[in-house]
Amino acid sequence: MARAWRFGDSVNTDQIIPGRFNVTTDRSELGRACFVELRPEFAGSVQPGDVIVAGSDFGCGSSREHAVLAIQATGVAAVLAPSFGRIFYRNAINLGLTALECADADWVADGTEVVFDPGRGFLREIAGARQLTARPLPAFAQRIAGHGGVLELVRAHGSLQGSCGSGCGVEVGMNNNEGESENDPR
Amino acid sequence: MGTLAEEVIGARLGRPVKAGETVVVPVDLVMSHDTTTPLVADALAALGRQVRHPDRAVVVFDHISPAATIAAAQQHQKGRAFVEEHRIARLLTDGISHQVLPEHGLVAPGDIVVGADSHTVTMGAFGAFATGMGSTDVAVAYATGETWLRVPETIEVRLEGQFTPWVCAKDLILEVVRRIGSDGARYQSVEYTGSALPELQIGDRMTLCNMAVEMGAKAGIVAADQLTVAWLQGRLDRPLRLLQAQDPSYRRTEVVQLDSLEPMVVAPPTVDAGRPVRELAGLSVDQVFIGTCTNGRLADFATAAALLHGHQVAVRTIAVPASREVYLAALRLGYIESLVGAGVAVESPGCGPCLGRHKGVLGPGERAVTTMSRNFRGRMGDPTSEIYLVSPATAAATAMRGRITDPRELS
Repeated sequence: MARAWRFGDSVNTDQIIPGRFNVTTDRSELGRACFVELRPEFAGSVQPGDVIVAGSDFGCGSSREHAVLAIQATGVAAVLAPSFGRIFYRNAINLGLTALECADADWVADGTEVVFDPGRGFLREIAGARQLTARPLPAFAQRIAGHGGVLELVRAHGSLQGSCGSGCGVEVGMNNNEGESENDPR
Repeated sequence: MGTLAEEVIGARLGRPVKAGETVVVPVDLVMSHDTTTPLVADALAALGRQVRHPDRAVVVFDHISPAATIAAAQQHQKGRAFVEEHRIARLLTDGISHQVLPEHGLVAPGDIVVGADSHTVTMGAFGAFATGMGSTDVAVAYATGETWLRVPETIEVRLEGQFTPWVCAKDLILEVVRRIGSDGARYQSVEYTGSALPELQIGDRMTLCNMAVEMGAKAGIVAADQLTVAWLQGRLDRPLRLLQAQDPSYRRTEVVQLDSLEPMVVAPPTVDAGRPVRELAGLSVDQVFIGTCTNGRLADFATAAALLHGHQVAVRTIAVPASREVYLAALRLGYIESLVGAGVAVESPGCGPCLGRHKGVLGPGERAVTTMSRNFRGRMGDPTSEIYLVSPATAAATAMRGRITDPRELS
Protein backbone atom coordinates (compact mmCIF):
# COMPACT_ATOMS: atom_id res chain seq x y z
CA MET A 1 0.00 0.00 0.00
CA ALA A 2 1.24 3.43 -0.84
CA ARG A 3 0.14 7.02 -0.63
CA ALA A 4 -0.36 9.13 -3.72
CA TRP A 5 1.12 12.62 -3.59
CA ARG A 6 -0.78 14.87 -5.91
CA PHE A 7 0.92 17.77 -7.72
CA GLY A 8 -0.40 20.27 -10.26
CA ASP A 9 0.68 21.23 -13.76
CA SER A 10 4.14 22.47 -14.76
CA VAL A 11 6.03 21.60 -11.59
CA ASN A 12 9.51 22.78 -12.56
CA THR A 13 12.92 21.59 -11.47
CA ASP A 14 13.42 24.66 -9.27
CA GLN A 15 10.34 23.54 -7.34
CA ILE A 16 11.51 19.94 -7.13
CA ILE A 17 14.82 21.13 -5.75
CA PRO A 18 15.86 24.79 -5.59
CA GLY A 19 19.16 25.69 -7.23
CA ARG A 20 20.85 26.52 -3.95
CA PHE A 21 20.80 22.82 -2.99
CA ASN A 22 22.59 21.76 -6.16
CA VAL A 23 25.99 22.26 -4.63
CA THR A 24 25.91 18.73 -3.27
CA THR A 25 25.57 15.27 -4.71
CA ASP A 26 24.84 13.79 -1.29
CA ARG A 27 21.66 11.83 -1.81
CA SER A 28 20.17 12.23 1.66
CA GLU A 29 20.74 16.00 1.60
CA LEU A 30 19.04 16.18 -1.79
CA GLY A 31 16.17 14.07 -0.48
CA ARG A 32 15.61 16.37 2.48
CA ALA A 33 15.35 19.35 0.12
CA CYS A 34 12.86 17.69 -2.24
CA PHE A 35 9.90 20.07 -2.81
CA VAL A 36 11.18 22.07 0.17
CA GLU A 37 9.36 25.24 -0.89
CA LEU A 38 6.44 23.85 -2.85
CA ARG A 39 5.46 21.30 -0.19
CA PRO A 40 7.65 21.67 2.89
CA GLU A 41 6.01 18.70 4.62
CA PHE A 42 6.78 16.30 1.78
CA ALA A 43 10.32 15.18 2.59
CA GLY A 44 9.48 14.48 6.23
CA SER A 45 6.30 12.51 5.53
CA VAL A 46 6.85 10.60 2.31
CA GLN A 47 7.30 6.86 2.71
CA PRO A 48 9.31 4.53 0.47
CA GLY A 49 6.99 3.14 -2.20
CA ASP A 50 4.73 6.19 -2.35
CA VAL A 51 3.91 7.56 -5.79
CA ILE A 52 3.75 11.07 -7.19
CA VAL A 53 0.79 11.77 -9.47
CA ALA A 54 1.36 15.09 -11.19
CA GLY A 55 -0.14 17.34 -13.83
CA SER A 56 1.29 18.00 -17.26
CA ASP A 57 4.90 18.95 -18.03
CA PHE A 58 6.27 17.65 -14.74
CA GLY A 59 9.96 18.50 -14.36
CA CYS A 60 10.12 21.31 -16.90
CA GLY A 61 12.99 23.76 -16.62
CA SER A 62 16.65 23.10 -16.03
CA SER A 63 18.71 20.02 -16.88
CA ARG A 64 19.64 19.37 -13.24
CA GLU A 65 19.69 15.67 -12.43
CA HIS A 66 19.46 16.69 -8.81
CA ALA A 67 15.69 16.81 -9.39
CA VAL A 68 15.54 13.10 -10.19
CA LEU A 69 18.07 12.21 -7.51
CA ALA A 70 16.13 14.13 -4.88
CA ILE A 71 12.90 12.30 -5.71
CA GLN A 72 14.73 8.97 -5.77
CA ALA A 73 16.32 9.73 -2.42
CA THR A 74 12.89 10.05 -0.83
CA GLY A 75 12.08 6.47 -1.87
CA VAL A 76 9.24 7.44 -4.21
CA ALA A 77 8.48 4.45 -6.43
CA ALA A 78 7.22 6.30 -9.48
CA VAL A 79 6.10 9.60 -10.95
CA LEU A 80 2.99 9.47 -13.10
CA ALA A 81 1.98 12.46 -15.22
CA PRO A 82 0.24 13.20 -18.53
CA SER A 83 3.55 14.58 -19.82
CA PHE A 84 7.05 15.41 -18.60
CA GLY A 85 9.67 18.04 -19.24
CA ARG A 86 11.94 16.53 -21.86
CA ILE A 87 15.21 16.55 -19.97
CA PHE A 88 13.67 15.41 -16.68
CA TYR A 89 12.10 12.49 -18.54
CA ARG A 90 15.43 11.42 -20.03
CA ASN A 91 17.15 11.85 -16.68
CA ALA A 92 14.53 9.70 -14.97
CA ILE A 93 14.93 6.91 -17.53
CA ASN A 94 18.72 7.16 -17.43
CA LEU A 95 18.84 6.98 -13.65
CA GLY A 96 16.19 4.29 -13.20
CA LEU A 97 13.40 6.44 -11.69
CA THR A 98 10.08 5.12 -12.98
CA ALA A 99 8.44 8.03 -14.84
CA LEU A 100 5.35 7.03 -16.77
CA GLU A 101 2.99 8.99 -18.95
CA CYS A 102 -0.67 8.48 -18.19
CA ALA A 103 -3.64 10.56 -19.27
CA ASP A 104 -6.40 9.41 -16.93
CA ALA A 105 -5.21 10.07 -13.38
CA ASP A 106 -7.67 12.85 -12.54
CA TRP A 107 -9.40 10.69 -9.91
CA VAL A 108 -6.25 10.36 -7.85
CA ALA A 109 -6.41 12.86 -4.97
CA ASP A 110 -3.64 13.89 -2.63
CA GLY A 111 -3.48 11.20 0.04
CA THR A 112 -5.36 8.54 -1.94
CA GLU A 113 -4.14 5.14 -0.83
CA VAL A 114 -3.11 3.04 -3.78
CA VAL A 115 -1.34 -0.09 -4.92
CA PHE A 116 1.23 0.43 -7.66
CA ASP A 117 2.82 -2.21 -9.88
CA PRO A 118 5.82 -0.59 -11.60
CA GLY A 119 6.33 -3.50 -13.99
CA ARG A 120 2.91 -3.04 -15.54
CA GLY A 121 2.57 0.67 -14.86
CA PHE A 122 -0.65 -0.21 -13.07
CA LEU A 123 -2.17 1.89 -10.29
CA ARG A 124 -5.32 1.05 -8.32
CA GLU A 125 -7.04 2.67 -5.35
CA ILE A 126 -7.38 0.70 -2.14
CA ALA A 127 -10.80 1.99 -1.19
CA GLY A 128 -12.58 1.50 -4.51
CA ALA A 129 -12.37 0.14 -8.00
CA ARG A 130 -10.73 3.00 -9.82
CA GLN A 131 -7.50 2.17 -11.60
CA LEU A 132 -5.26 3.20 -14.45
CA THR A 133 -2.53 1.79 -16.63
CA ALA A 134 0.24 4.11 -17.78
CA ARG A 135 1.51 4.18 -21.35
CA PRO A 136 4.50 1.90 -21.97
CA LEU A 137 7.89 3.57 -22.41
CA PRO A 138 9.17 4.20 -25.95
CA ALA A 139 11.30 1.34 -27.30
CA PHE A 140 14.76 2.75 -26.70
CA ALA A 141 13.77 4.01 -23.25
CA GLN A 142 12.46 0.54 -22.46
CA ARG A 143 15.82 -0.89 -23.39
CA ILE A 144 17.51 1.52 -20.97
CA ALA A 145 14.96 0.84 -18.24
CA GLY A 146 15.42 -2.89 -18.80
CA HIS A 147 19.06 -2.50 -17.88
CA GLY A 148 18.20 -0.38 -14.85
CA GLY A 149 19.69 2.77 -16.34
CA VAL A 150 21.78 4.03 -19.21
CA LEU A 151 25.12 3.50 -17.47
CA GLU A 152 24.26 -0.17 -16.99
CA LEU A 153 23.29 -0.38 -20.65
CA VAL A 154 26.60 1.13 -21.77
CA ARG A 155 28.50 -1.08 -19.34
CA ALA A 156 26.80 -4.16 -20.74
CA HIS A 157 27.25 -3.30 -24.41
CA GLY A 158 30.25 -0.96 -24.57
CA SER A 159 28.33 1.83 -26.24
CA LEU A 160 24.82 2.96 -27.11
CA GLN A 161 24.98 1.69 -30.62
CA GLY A 162 26.48 -1.54 -29.34
CA SER A 163 23.22 -2.10 -27.48
CA CYS A 164 21.25 -2.09 -30.70
CA GLY A 165 22.46 -5.17 -32.49
CA SER A 166 20.78 -5.33 -35.85
CA GLY A 167 17.22 -4.66 -36.69
CA CYS A 168 16.35 -2.62 -33.62
CA GLY A 169 15.42 0.38 -35.70
CA VAL A 170 18.24 2.50 -34.40
CA GLU A 171 20.78 3.19 -37.10
CA VAL A 172 24.35 3.81 -36.12
CA GLY A 173 26.30 6.83 -37.23
CA MET A 174 29.60 7.17 -38.98
CA ASN A 175 32.71 7.60 -36.93
CA ASN A 176 31.91 4.48 -34.96
CA ASN A 177 34.33 2.12 -36.60
CA GLU A 178 37.01 2.27 -33.99
CA GLY A 179 36.44 -1.23 -32.75
CA GLU A 180 35.56 -0.29 -29.20
CA SER A 181 32.08 -1.68 -29.16
CA GLU A 182 30.75 -5.11 -29.83
CA ASN A 183 27.31 -5.68 -31.16
CA ASP A 184 24.85 -7.35 -28.90
CA PRO A 185 24.57 -10.90 -30.24
CA ARG A 186 20.83 -10.83 -29.65
CA MET B 1 14.92 16.24 -47.66
CA GLY B 2 13.47 17.59 -44.46
CA THR B 3 13.43 20.19 -41.74
CA LEU B 4 16.71 21.73 -40.69
CA ALA B 5 16.85 19.38 -37.68
CA GLU B 6 16.34 16.39 -39.97
CA GLU B 7 18.95 17.71 -42.41
CA VAL B 8 21.57 18.25 -39.70
CA ILE B 9 21.04 14.88 -38.02
CA GLY B 10 20.80 13.15 -41.39
CA ALA B 11 24.00 14.77 -42.66
CA ARG B 12 25.81 13.65 -39.53
CA LEU B 13 24.59 10.07 -39.99
CA GLY B 14 25.13 10.03 -43.73
CA ARG B 15 21.57 8.97 -44.45
CA PRO B 16 18.15 10.64 -44.48
CA VAL B 17 16.23 10.64 -41.21
CA LYS B 18 12.60 11.43 -40.43
CA ALA B 19 10.94 12.88 -37.38
CA GLY B 20 9.89 10.17 -34.97
CA GLU B 21 12.73 7.73 -35.47
CA THR B 22 15.24 7.13 -32.71
CA VAL B 23 18.88 7.39 -33.71
CA VAL B 24 22.26 6.99 -32.10
CA VAL B 25 24.32 9.85 -33.43
CA PRO B 26 27.98 10.91 -33.05
CA VAL B 27 28.47 14.06 -31.00
CA ASP B 28 30.84 16.81 -32.11
CA LEU B 29 31.03 18.70 -28.84
CA VAL B 30 30.19 17.76 -25.25
CA MET B 31 29.97 20.36 -22.47
CA SER B 32 29.37 20.37 -18.74
CA HIS B 33 29.72 23.21 -16.23
CA ASP B 34 30.72 23.74 -12.61
CA THR B 35 27.34 22.67 -11.22
CA THR B 36 26.78 19.64 -13.45
CA THR B 37 30.34 18.33 -13.86
CA PRO B 38 30.52 16.68 -10.40
CA LEU B 39 27.57 14.43 -11.29
CA VAL B 40 29.11 13.75 -14.71
CA ALA B 41 32.36 12.79 -13.00
CA ASP B 42 30.50 10.44 -10.65
CA ALA B 43 28.69 8.81 -13.57
CA LEU B 44 31.89 8.30 -15.56
CA ALA B 45 33.60 6.87 -12.51
CA ALA B 46 30.67 4.51 -11.97
CA LEU B 47 30.99 3.48 -15.59
CA GLY B 48 34.75 3.04 -15.23
CA ARG B 49 35.34 4.87 -18.48
CA GLN B 50 37.53 7.68 -19.79
CA VAL B 51 36.34 10.57 -21.93
CA ARG B 52 36.62 9.12 -25.42
CA HIS B 53 37.39 12.31 -27.34
CA PRO B 54 39.03 14.82 -24.97
CA ASP B 55 39.45 17.23 -27.88
CA ARG B 56 35.66 17.39 -28.30
CA ALA B 57 35.03 17.89 -24.59
CA VAL B 58 34.88 21.16 -22.69
CA VAL B 59 34.20 22.06 -19.09
CA VAL B 60 33.06 25.62 -18.35
CA PHE B 61 32.95 27.29 -14.93
CA ASP B 62 30.17 29.83 -15.26
CA HIS B 63 27.38 29.19 -12.76
CA ILE B 64 29.13 30.20 -9.54
CA SER B 65 32.52 31.38 -10.70
CA PRO B 66 34.53 32.71 -8.98
CA ALA B 67 33.26 30.47 -6.19
CA ALA B 68 30.97 32.25 -3.74
CA THR B 69 30.88 29.54 -1.08
CA ILE B 70 33.05 26.71 0.17
CA ALA B 71 30.65 24.20 -1.37
CA ALA B 72 30.98 25.91 -4.76
CA ALA B 73 34.76 25.92 -4.40
CA GLN B 74 34.64 22.18 -3.75
CA GLN B 75 32.63 21.73 -6.94
CA HIS B 76 35.34 23.61 -8.82
CA GLN B 77 37.98 21.36 -7.28
CA LYS B 78 36.07 18.32 -8.43
CA GLY B 79 35.67 19.86 -11.89
CA ARG B 80 39.37 20.59 -12.19
CA ALA B 81 40.26 17.06 -11.07
CA PHE B 82 37.87 15.71 -13.70
CA VAL B 83 39.47 17.83 -16.45
CA GLU B 84 42.92 16.63 -15.42
CA GLU B 85 42.02 12.97 -15.03
CA HIS B 86 40.36 12.80 -18.41
CA ARG B 87 42.87 15.08 -20.17
CA ILE B 88 40.01 17.28 -21.34
CA ALA B 89 41.39 19.78 -23.79
CA ARG B 90 39.63 22.86 -22.44
CA LEU B 91 38.55 24.28 -19.11
CA LEU B 92 37.00 27.67 -19.84
CA THR B 93 36.36 30.26 -17.16
CA ASP B 94 35.75 33.33 -19.30
CA GLY B 95 31.95 33.44 -19.37
CA ILE B 96 28.71 31.58 -19.93
CA SER B 97 29.18 28.28 -21.76
CA HIS B 98 26.64 28.99 -24.49
CA GLN B 99 28.43 32.25 -25.27
CA VAL B 100 32.08 31.21 -24.96
CA LEU B 101 31.86 27.91 -26.85
CA PRO B 102 30.96 29.73 -30.10
CA GLU B 103 33.46 32.50 -29.32
CA HIS B 104 36.25 29.92 -29.02
CA GLY B 105 35.30 28.44 -32.39
CA LEU B 106 34.09 25.16 -30.90
CA VAL B 107 30.69 25.16 -32.63
CA ALA B 108 30.15 24.94 -36.38
CA PRO B 109 27.01 24.73 -38.52
CA GLY B 110 25.87 21.13 -38.85
CA ASP B 111 27.44 20.04 -35.56
CA ILE B 112 25.68 17.93 -32.95
CA VAL B 113 26.25 19.55 -29.55
CA VAL B 114 25.26 18.05 -26.21
CA GLY B 115 25.54 20.07 -23.01
CA ALA B 116 24.67 19.44 -19.38
CA ASP B 117 22.63 22.64 -19.27
CA SER B 118 19.16 23.27 -20.61
CA HIS B 119 20.17 26.47 -22.42
CA THR B 120 22.61 24.55 -24.64
CA VAL B 121 19.93 25.13 -27.30
CA THR B 122 21.36 28.67 -27.64
CA MET B 123 24.02 27.32 -30.00
CA GLY B 124 21.37 26.37 -32.55
CA ALA B 125 21.83 29.98 -33.65
CA PHE B 126 24.85 28.74 -35.64
CA GLY B 127 22.97 26.04 -37.52
CA ALA B 128 24.07 23.32 -35.10
CA PHE B 129 21.71 20.82 -33.50
CA ALA B 130 22.42 21.68 -29.88
CA THR B 131 20.48 20.22 -27.01
CA GLY B 132 20.60 20.16 -23.23
CA MET B 133 20.69 16.92 -21.31
CA GLY B 134 21.27 15.70 -17.78
CA SER B 135 24.63 14.77 -16.34
CA THR B 136 24.27 11.03 -17.00
CA ASP B 137 23.38 11.55 -20.67
CA VAL B 138 26.37 13.86 -20.92
CA ALA B 139 28.60 11.30 -19.18
CA VAL B 140 27.52 8.74 -21.79
CA ALA B 141 28.32 11.25 -24.54
CA TYR B 142 31.76 11.85 -22.98
CA ALA B 143 32.42 8.12 -22.66
CA THR B 144 31.14 6.93 -26.03
CA GLY B 145 31.22 9.99 -28.29
CA GLU B 146 27.58 9.41 -29.11
CA THR B 147 24.08 10.08 -27.88
CA TRP B 148 20.61 8.77 -28.54
CA LEU B 149 17.73 10.94 -29.53
CA ARG B 150 14.38 10.86 -31.16
CA VAL B 151 14.49 12.95 -34.33
CA PRO B 152 12.10 15.77 -33.41
CA GLU B 153 9.14 17.17 -35.24
CA THR B 154 9.55 20.86 -36.02
CA ILE B 155 7.57 24.02 -35.37
CA GLU B 156 8.43 26.72 -37.90
CA VAL B 157 8.50 30.27 -36.57
CA ARG B 158 8.48 32.50 -39.65
CA LEU B 159 9.63 36.05 -39.08
CA GLU B 160 8.52 38.86 -41.39
CA GLY B 161 8.98 42.63 -41.42
CA GLN B 162 11.27 44.61 -39.14
CA PHE B 163 11.45 45.79 -35.56
CA THR B 164 10.19 49.23 -34.63
CA PRO B 165 12.49 51.35 -32.40
CA TRP B 166 13.26 49.91 -28.93
CA VAL B 167 11.73 46.54 -29.83
CA CYS B 168 14.18 43.65 -30.14
CA ALA B 169 14.66 39.88 -30.37
CA LYS B 170 13.78 39.45 -26.67
CA ASP B 171 10.36 41.02 -27.17
CA LEU B 172 9.92 38.79 -30.20
CA ILE B 173 10.76 35.57 -28.38
CA LEU B 174 8.54 36.49 -25.42
CA GLU B 175 5.69 36.84 -27.94
CA VAL B 176 6.59 33.50 -29.56
CA VAL B 177 6.66 31.76 -26.16
CA ARG B 178 3.32 33.35 -25.31
CA ARG B 179 1.77 31.95 -28.49
CA ILE B 180 3.28 28.47 -28.36
CA GLY B 181 3.10 28.01 -24.58
CA SER B 182 5.61 26.76 -22.03
CA ASP B 183 5.22 23.15 -23.15
CA GLY B 184 3.90 23.74 -26.69
CA ALA B 185 7.16 22.66 -28.32
CA ARG B 186 7.89 19.74 -26.02
CA TYR B 187 10.16 17.11 -27.66
CA GLN B 188 10.21 19.29 -30.82
CA SER B 189 12.61 21.54 -32.68
CA VAL B 190 11.79 25.22 -33.19
CA GLU B 191 13.16 26.43 -36.53
CA TYR B 192 13.31 30.16 -37.21
CA THR B 193 12.83 31.18 -40.84
CA GLY B 194 11.43 34.06 -42.87
CA SER B 195 12.41 37.19 -44.73
CA ALA B 196 13.37 39.01 -41.51
CA LEU B 197 15.98 36.44 -40.56
CA PRO B 198 18.91 37.73 -42.67
CA GLU B 199 18.57 41.03 -40.80
CA LEU B 200 18.74 39.43 -37.37
CA GLN B 201 22.23 39.52 -35.89
CA ILE B 202 23.92 36.44 -34.42
CA GLY B 203 23.18 37.72 -30.91
CA ASP B 204 19.49 38.09 -31.79
CA ARG B 205 19.43 34.54 -33.13
CA MET B 206 21.07 33.29 -29.94
CA THR B 207 18.32 34.97 -27.90
CA LEU B 208 15.66 33.27 -30.05
CA CYS B 209 17.26 29.81 -29.86
CA ASN B 210 18.05 30.23 -26.14
CA MET B 211 14.41 30.52 -25.18
CA ALA B 212 13.26 27.60 -27.34
CA VAL B 213 13.74 25.53 -24.21
CA GLU B 214 11.18 27.70 -22.41
CA MET B 215 8.64 26.17 -24.80
CA GLY B 216 9.89 22.69 -23.90
CA ALA B 217 11.83 22.31 -27.14
CA LYS B 218 14.68 19.89 -27.71
CA ALA B 219 16.37 22.42 -29.99
CA GLY B 220 16.05 25.89 -31.44
CA ILE B 221 17.74 26.27 -34.78
CA VAL B 222 18.54 28.82 -37.49
CA ALA B 223 20.09 27.88 -40.83
CA ALA B 224 23.63 29.24 -41.10
CA ASP B 225 24.06 32.01 -43.68
CA GLN B 226 26.65 34.59 -44.72
CA LEU B 227 26.22 36.39 -41.41
CA THR B 228 27.09 33.16 -39.58
CA VAL B 229 30.10 32.61 -41.79
CA ALA B 230 31.31 36.16 -41.15
CA TRP B 231 30.87 35.79 -37.36
CA LEU B 232 32.76 32.49 -37.31
CA GLN B 233 35.57 33.77 -39.51
CA GLY B 234 38.84 33.77 -37.62
CA ARG B 235 37.33 31.66 -34.84
CA LEU B 236 37.38 28.24 -36.48
CA ASP B 237 39.16 26.90 -39.51
CA ARG B 238 37.02 23.86 -40.30
CA PRO B 239 35.15 23.78 -43.62
CA LEU B 240 31.57 24.88 -42.92
CA ARG B 241 28.48 22.86 -43.87
CA LEU B 242 25.74 25.35 -44.59
CA LEU B 243 22.68 23.12 -44.44
CA GLN B 244 19.18 24.30 -45.27
CA ALA B 245 15.77 22.78 -44.77
CA GLN B 246 14.84 20.92 -47.95
CA ASP B 247 11.15 20.75 -48.78
CA PRO B 248 10.39 20.51 -45.06
CA SER B 249 7.23 19.25 -43.46
CA TYR B 250 6.48 21.32 -40.35
CA ARG B 251 4.04 20.25 -37.68
CA ARG B 252 2.97 23.86 -37.20
CA THR B 253 3.91 27.27 -38.58
CA GLU B 254 3.67 30.44 -36.55
CA VAL B 255 4.11 33.71 -38.46
CA VAL B 256 5.24 36.79 -36.55
CA GLN B 257 5.17 40.29 -38.03
CA LEU B 258 8.03 42.12 -36.34
CA ASP B 259 6.45 45.52 -37.04
CA SER B 260 3.45 44.62 -34.91
CA LEU B 261 5.49 43.85 -31.78
CA GLU B 262 5.94 46.14 -28.82
CA PRO B 263 8.08 45.89 -25.68
CA MET B 264 7.00 42.84 -23.69
CA VAL B 265 7.10 41.82 -20.04
CA VAL B 266 6.37 38.50 -18.37
CA ALA B 267 5.14 38.45 -14.78
CA PRO B 268 5.90 35.38 -12.64
CA PRO B 269 5.71 32.47 -12.37
CA THR B 270 5.37 31.13 -15.93
CA VAL B 271 7.28 32.23 -19.01
CA ASP B 272 4.38 32.12 -21.43
CA ALA B 273 2.33 34.93 -19.84
CA GLY B 274 3.90 37.77 -21.83
CA ARG B 275 2.05 41.05 -22.23
CA PRO B 276 2.87 44.60 -23.37
CA VAL B 277 5.09 46.52 -20.94
CA ARG B 278 2.62 49.39 -20.92
CA GLU B 279 0.10 47.19 -19.10
CA LEU B 280 2.42 46.90 -16.11
CA ALA B 281 4.06 50.31 -16.41
CA GLY B 282 4.61 52.00 -13.06
CA LEU B 283 5.00 48.84 -10.99
CA SER B 284 7.76 49.44 -8.44
CA VAL B 285 10.94 47.39 -8.63
CA ASP B 286 13.69 46.48 -6.13
CA GLN B 287 16.38 45.26 -8.49
CA VAL B 288 17.22 45.28 -12.19
CA PHE B 289 19.55 42.72 -13.74
CA ILE B 290 20.94 42.86 -17.28
CA GLY B 291 22.87 39.81 -18.47
CA THR B 292 22.68 35.99 -18.91
CA CYS B 293 22.89 33.66 -21.91
CA THR B 294 19.65 35.25 -23.08
CA ASN B 295 20.74 38.90 -23.07
CA GLY B 296 24.30 39.46 -21.87
CA ARG B 297 25.85 40.27 -25.24
CA LEU B 298 27.46 43.38 -26.69
CA ALA B 299 24.29 44.69 -28.38
CA ASP B 300 22.46 44.34 -25.06
CA PHE B 301 25.15 46.36 -23.29
CA ALA B 302 25.04 48.93 -26.11
CA THR B 303 21.29 49.37 -25.59
CA ALA B 304 21.59 49.66 -21.82
CA ALA B 305 24.49 52.10 -22.08
CA ALA B 306 22.67 54.25 -24.63
CA LEU B 307 19.72 54.66 -22.29
CA LEU B 308 21.66 55.05 -19.04
CA HIS B 309 24.60 57.19 -20.20
CA GLY B 310 24.65 60.42 -18.25
CA HIS B 311 21.82 59.37 -15.94
CA GLN B 312 21.62 57.72 -12.52
CA VAL B 313 19.73 54.52 -11.86
CA ALA B 314 16.85 54.85 -9.40
CA VAL B 315 17.09 51.28 -8.16
CA ARG B 316 19.95 48.84 -7.54
CA THR B 317 21.04 47.53 -10.92
CA ILE B 318 23.44 44.75 -11.82
CA ALA B 319 24.96 44.08 -15.24
CA VAL B 320 26.93 40.95 -16.07
CA PRO B 321 28.56 40.47 -19.48
CA ALA B 322 28.04 37.00 -20.93
CA SER B 323 31.76 36.63 -21.62
CA ARG B 324 35.16 38.24 -21.26
CA GLU B 325 35.06 39.02 -25.00
CA VAL B 326 31.80 40.93 -24.52
CA TYR B 327 33.23 42.63 -21.42
CA LEU B 328 36.38 43.79 -23.21
CA ALA B 329 34.45 45.06 -26.22
CA ALA B 330 32.01 46.88 -23.95
CA LEU B 331 34.96 48.45 -22.13
CA ARG B 332 36.58 49.62 -25.36
CA LEU B 333 33.31 51.09 -26.61
CA GLY B 334 32.68 52.97 -23.38
CA TYR B 335 29.53 51.04 -22.41
CA ILE B 336 30.97 49.87 -19.11
CA GLU B 337 31.98 53.41 -18.19
CA SER B 338 28.45 54.64 -19.00
CA LEU B 339 26.89 51.92 -16.86
CA VAL B 340 29.25 52.26 -13.91
CA GLY B 341 28.85 56.03 -14.12
CA ALA B 342 25.09 55.54 -13.89
CA GLY B 343 25.51 53.56 -10.68
CA VAL B 344 25.26 50.05 -12.13
CA ALA B 345 27.21 47.25 -10.42
CA VAL B 346 29.07 45.55 -13.27
CA GLU B 347 30.12 42.04 -12.26
CA SER B 348 32.58 39.60 -13.82
CA PRO B 349 31.31 37.43 -16.73
CA GLY B 350 29.16 34.39 -15.99
CA CYS B 351 25.59 33.43 -15.16
CA GLY B 352 25.44 36.06 -12.42
CA PRO B 353 22.35 36.26 -10.20
CA CYS B 354 20.19 34.22 -12.63
CA LEU B 355 20.59 31.21 -10.32
CA GLY B 356 19.97 33.01 -7.07
CA ARG B 357 23.31 32.08 -5.59
CA HIS B 358 25.50 35.18 -5.80
CA LYS B 359 25.90 38.73 -7.15
CA GLY B 360 22.36 39.89 -6.37
CA VAL B 361 20.25 37.38 -4.47
CA LEU B 362 16.67 38.55 -3.79
CA GLY B 363 15.21 38.87 -0.30
CA PRO B 364 11.63 38.10 0.80
CA GLY B 365 9.01 39.85 -1.30
CA GLU B 366 11.51 41.66 -3.51
CA ARG B 367 10.68 42.26 -7.16
CA ALA B 368 13.32 41.99 -9.90
CA VAL B 369 13.10 43.07 -13.51
CA THR B 370 15.62 41.10 -15.54
CA THR B 371 16.73 40.11 -19.02
CA MET B 372 16.82 36.44 -17.98
CA SER B 373 14.81 33.63 -19.57
CA ARG B 374 13.06 32.17 -16.51
CA ASN B 375 10.76 33.68 -13.92
CA PHE B 376 10.22 30.56 -11.82
CA ARG B 377 9.31 31.26 -8.21
CA GLY B 378 12.37 31.59 -6.01
CA ARG B 379 14.89 31.22 -8.81
CA MET B 380 16.80 34.37 -7.82
CA GLY B 381 16.51 33.92 -4.09
CA ASP B 382 13.74 33.91 -1.53
CA PRO B 383 10.66 31.95 -2.64
CA THR B 384 8.46 35.01 -2.10
CA SER B 385 10.55 37.17 -4.44
CA GLU B 386 9.33 37.89 -7.97
CA ILE B 387 11.02 37.84 -11.36
CA TYR B 388 9.73 39.86 -14.34
CA LEU B 389 11.29 39.12 -17.73
CA VAL B 390 12.01 41.93 -20.18
CA SER B 391 14.38 43.11 -22.94
CA PRO B 392 17.61 45.00 -22.17
CA ALA B 393 15.95 48.27 -23.28
CA THR B 394 13.02 47.79 -20.92
CA ALA B 395 15.40 46.73 -18.12
CA ALA B 396 17.50 49.88 -18.57
CA ALA B 397 14.43 52.14 -18.77
CA THR B 398 13.08 50.49 -15.63
CA ALA B 399 16.43 50.97 -13.87
CA MET B 400 16.30 54.66 -14.64
CA ARG B 401 12.84 55.17 -13.15
CA GLY B 402 12.75 52.43 -10.49
CA ARG B 403 9.41 51.43 -11.93
CA ILE B 404 8.53 49.24 -14.90
CA THR B 405 8.94 51.55 -17.87
CA ASP B 406 8.35 51.23 -21.60
CA PRO B 407 11.67 52.28 -23.17
CA ARG B 408 9.82 54.19 -25.92
CA GLU B 409 8.74 56.69 -23.28
CA LEU B 410 12.34 57.76 -22.73
CA SER B 411 13.39 58.30 -26.32
